[in-house]
Amino acid sequence: MKPPLRRALTLVVLLHLLILAAAFVGPYDGTFQDREHTFSPPTRIHFVDSNGQLHARPFVYATTADPERFGEYKEDVTRAYPLRFLVPGAEYRLLGVFRTRIHLFGVEEPAKVFLMGTDQFGRDQFSRLLAGGQTSLLAGLLAAALSVLGGGLLGAAAGFFGRLADTVIMRLADVFLSLPWLYLLFAIRAFLPLHLDPEATLYLLTAVIGMVGWARPARLVRGIVLSAKERNFVLASRHFGASELYLLGRHILPQTYGVLLTQATLLIPQYVLAEVTLSFVGLGVGEPSPSWGTMLAALQQYHVLQSYWWMFLPAGLMIMVFASYFLLAAQLQGRLKSTQF
Amino acid sequence: MIALRFLVRRAFHAILLLFAVSLLTFLFLQLAPGDFLSEMKLNPQISPETIAALRQQYGLDDPLPVRYARWLQSVARGEFGHSFAYNRPVAPLLWERGRNTLMLTVAAMGLTWLVAVPLGVWSAARPKRWPGRTISAGTVALHSLPDLLIALLLLMLAVRTRWFATGGMLSLGFEEMTLGERVKDLLYHFTLPVVALVLGNLPVVVRHVHAAMAETLEAPFIRVLRAHGVPEWRVLLRHALPVSANPLLSLFGVSFGVLLSQSLIVEVVMTWPGLGPLLLEAVFSRDVYVLIGVVLASTLLLVLGTLIADCILLWTDPRIRRESAA
Repeated sequence: MKPPLRRALTLVVLLHLLILAAAFVGPYDGTFQDREHTFSPPTRIHFVDSNGQLHARPFVYATTADPERFGEYKEDVTRAYPLRFLVPGAEYRLLGVFRTRIHLFGVEEPAKVFLMGTDQFGRDQFSRLLAGGQTSLLAGLLAAALSVLGGGLLGAAAGFFGRLADTVIMRLADVFLSLPWLYLLFAIRAFLPLHLDPEATLYLLTAVIGMVGWARPARLVRGIVLSAKERNFVLASRHFGASELYLLGRHILPQTYGVLLTQATLLIPQYVLAEVTLSFVGLGVGEPSPSWGTMLAALQQYHVLQSYWWMFLPAGLMIMVFASYFLLAAQLQGRLKSTQF
Repeated sequence: MIALRFLVRRAFHAILLLFAVSLLTFLFLQLAPGDFLSEMKLNPQISPETIAALRQQYGLDDPLPVRYARWLQSVARGEFGHSFAYNRPVAPLLWERGRNTLMLTVAAMGLTWLVAVPLGVWSAARPKRWPGRTISAGTVALHSLPDLLIALLLLMLAVRTRWFATGGMLSLGFEEMTLGERVKDLLYHFTLPVVALVLGNLPVVVRHVHAAMAETLEAPFIRVLRAHGVPEWRVLLRHALPVSANPLLSLFGVSFGVLLSQSLIVEVVMTWPGLGPLLLEAVFSRDVYVLIGVVLASTLLLVLGTLIADCILLWTDPRIRRESAA
């Protein structure tokens, strides 16, 4: 692997691990509502206390609502709460299996550490961002897998069997490609019930998003299969008596893997964004379960835009995820071009 | 003559496509649970008899083919069905909203290409120096910024600085304004959504212009021109750009579809009265005919966009003319 490709891949993997371990990395439960700290700005992390003394370990102060200025918080500087690693907190299941209370970092109560502030219900934005990433990324990954596999198979069938299959599948693909895809996505979402429980919504959305995007991979794969089945070693294999299925599975489909992989890396960020958009407008995963879309939806309110700048902070991680996928896709595309004949 | 035959064939395809789309959406929408009237059942002020009468009136209980036939009839009358929520024919509604969307997207499209072509040419001309590097880094960064976030960030700018409107299209009292005030008011509302769309679309176009130009600039005829001492700007703009125009013109058509999708988000975030918010409303209130109408209108816009691009291609590239004649 070339270094840029390895770098991009490492970044993608690291971000996924971070989100996979959301409950461990985030200090609080993403759905826990701290009524004492609604719209709290990010907790300030100090090194120097009020006496001017330097601490080796960073610390925070406990904050309480400022009684004189509404909506602001003031620090209680009488006691410093050092930031500690691997501290006990809310119970959760690591990777959905191991029951544990250990979080990566945290501070002693009553102090709180909100890296990205809190939302209108006093939920920790950082914990919520990581937990919501699980929803959004899962939807994106599954939908991309569905699109690439479904589209790939249909495209391969169209290219390999030709005739009627080819005509029907490719005409249908034309219809899908000639609709603006977000309009199509919304229209298909309209077929489903509006109110569903979060888990069912996640899987239905995945299916919908996956369905909308099958046409492009199908078209690409069809093109490759058409040229692949005329290549000499395939013809040779055919004349040695190889069966159709064997030819397809052993010789033709493997030639499409590179394109499919590249397509998947291009589609994943697009589909994550699709989930985010649907949840943003209220057609996706609903509250209280976190999703990146519902987190951004808070930004539609005038007072949030006006006063609570930290509500934008979660966008940073989202952008990093998108950027890492784009870098990976660019590297894969470059590699694909250089290995093609 | 060739162009005419080409146009007729494309128009025929477009009609077939719209027909297929309408049939598919119609079929699928019947699978959806609930309809416009199901929310009314929860309202104790409306008696079950009234709902039954309304169902009868709208023909919601008729079999599917009957309803499709009735819808086709209303298409023939130029109505495209009846909106439950607005209680008026869908077509005028679509026309109003579609016009607003078109205004936004066409302006954004023009501006995007106006900015993107010079940037792309410049970065392709100096790939290893600072212009090329800065521009490609900028496009990657901008590309990673989803349209939704761009729109939200611009909205925050509007809220905090008050330089732009925070939503809507016209101020109250637009009717009483003088022409100058009207233009100012429109710009006040128009700028932000257009900028959001341009920023969202720019990275893709710049990258394609760059790629097309970079490929052309490696061709031997460019070296010959340079060896003859043709000034660099002339090599780039007079000779290299027209040669690389083909893929760009195809992109022009395709990017219109992308722009429509982006416009949907931007319109919803900035409450621009276009097709996007109309579609969203229709999804929430199960306003079936509006839903079908919006999908058809967006398809039509996309088809028209690609058609225009193809016509330009046909006009500029003799090779394509010869192919489609054959």
